[in-house]
Amino acid sequence: MPQPVDVEAVFRAEYGRAVSVLVRFLGDIDLAEEAVQDAFATALGTWPRTGVPPSPAGWIITTARNRALDRLRREAKRDARHAEAALLHTPDAPAEEGPVRDDRLRLIFTCCHPALAPQARVALTLRLLGGLTTPQIARAFLVPEPTMAQRIVRAKAKIRDARIPYRVPRDADLPDRLQGVLAVVYLIFNQGYEGTPELTSEALRLGRLLVDLMPDEPEALGLLALMLLADSRRDARQDEHGELVPLPEQDRARWNRELIAEGQSLVRRCLRRDRPGPYQIQAAIQAVHSDAATAEATDWGQILRLYDQLTAFTPSPVVALNRAVAVAETQGPRRALELVDALDLDTYHVFHAVRADLLRRLGRDTEAVREYEAALERAENPAERVYLERRRRELLRT
Amino acid sequence: MQYYLLSVITPADGTPPGPEAMAEIRRNLDTFHTELREAGAWVFAGGLHGPETATVLRPKDGEVLITDGPYAEGKEYLGGICLIKAPDLDAALEWGRKATRATTLPIEVRPFLHQADD
Repeated sequence: MPQPVDVEAVFRAEYGRAVSVLVRFLGDIDLAEEAVQDAFATALGTWPRTGVPPSPAGWIITTARNRALDRLRREAKRDARHAEAALLHTPDAPAEEGPVRDDRLRLIFTCCHPALAPQARVALTLRLLGGLTTPQIARAFLVPEPTMAQRIVRAKAKIRDARIPYRVPRDADLPDRLQGVLAVVYLIFNQGYEGTPELTSEALRLGRLLVDLMPDEPEALGLLALMLLADSRRDARQDEHGELVPLPEQDRARWNRELIAEGQSLVRRCLRRDRPGPYQIQAAIQAVHSDAATAEATDWGQILRLYDQLTAFTPSPVVALNRAVAVAETQGPRRALELVDALDLDTYHVFHAVRADLLRRLGRDTEAVREYEAALERAENPAERVYLERRRRELLRT
Repeated sequence: MQYYLLSVITPADGTPPGPEAMAEIRRNLDTFHTELREAGAWVFAGGLHGPETATVLRPKDGEVLITDGPYAEGKEYLGGICLIKAPDLDAALEWGRKATRATTLPIEVRPFLHQADD
């Protein structure tokens, strides 16, 4: 019986899986992408007549494989060497070294290989695992389309020519390489947070995929928890005029309880594992915020202890800045300002925004106004700018 | 198998290591080369005389012009090369990591256009 067919939804859900299987089968990313796109084009033609098959992903993969085989046979007749040269290096089954067998995991480790430029890792991951088009990715990162297209083409050529392997790294390299993968997913999430919702959902999907495929990696759990807890505040962090609403001023009734519950249960799972890492600790900090019914009820002592732990893992100036915010709540703005003043973060708008707030709380309004201005000079996000502008004006009025 | 070139990137204005440090680098490189041979990854390796010893040839109006080198003055120059065979980039980078440790210098890893026969 014909039925309404949402090929687009199947595409979004299954594109990455289909490409990952075809890359292993064909040993070439471009051929795999072409084959999978061919198969979806065929689905658009047939599914409205036949209905969606019981296993859409299986149908797509089988069709793509047959299409690719046909094409390779045709080309092999014409130019045997070309078909052979196109084959990327795929280790045979016995050479499998990684703990997990899912092809999508191989694909994500290849896309996030440290030999590729960070921007290329992000673009390839969105393209190959998320099925986003080059124009979509270019728009999300405010890069001209030809630049993004060239970035993707070059990265794929490097994978082929330098023989970046298609496999999950061996155990000895896994922690380092996983950090790289998690960083790419978090970068996609943050870009989404800045105002491209489709990237947020893509990052969450990738985060869930990593947790499914690597259930023993607590940092993958931590990253997913961190993203869920941050995303739970999506509706509360901007008001109806598009102005950023900072955490203490948010209407907590607008927080998404379902996402909070899921995020907090993941944080508890991490705590039971007792193998802490930076993403898990950041998630725990967000979980403490989510626990508080009001901003005043926030357990800042607990948050400060978590920031101390985070500092031990990643002693960066940005972590120190966030820690100083917790210090302001537990030990007062004067002590926090001392800590902030010692940081070398002049180019970072948040540094100036935090300083401005501390100065304001200390009654040093003139300096606070100057700091809001410094923050405005450096901030790019419109919602943040509207917020900073308002704070600055409020101080000028008093 | 794929051929890779490991290039030793040597700073032009750096102070060269003292005799003792140099002796240690030589020992480490010997160990590294032995390891390459034992693993069947060895093709060729060697250090180069400085860029001031270079001579450049270039085509000019159907002739070949000879000039004192190097081709380009840079902040770094190619101090030595190591040519290896490896199954993929991860394996090549593992050799590159060892080369970096042995030479105490940056190493650039690049694939050759043609693959090794075995």
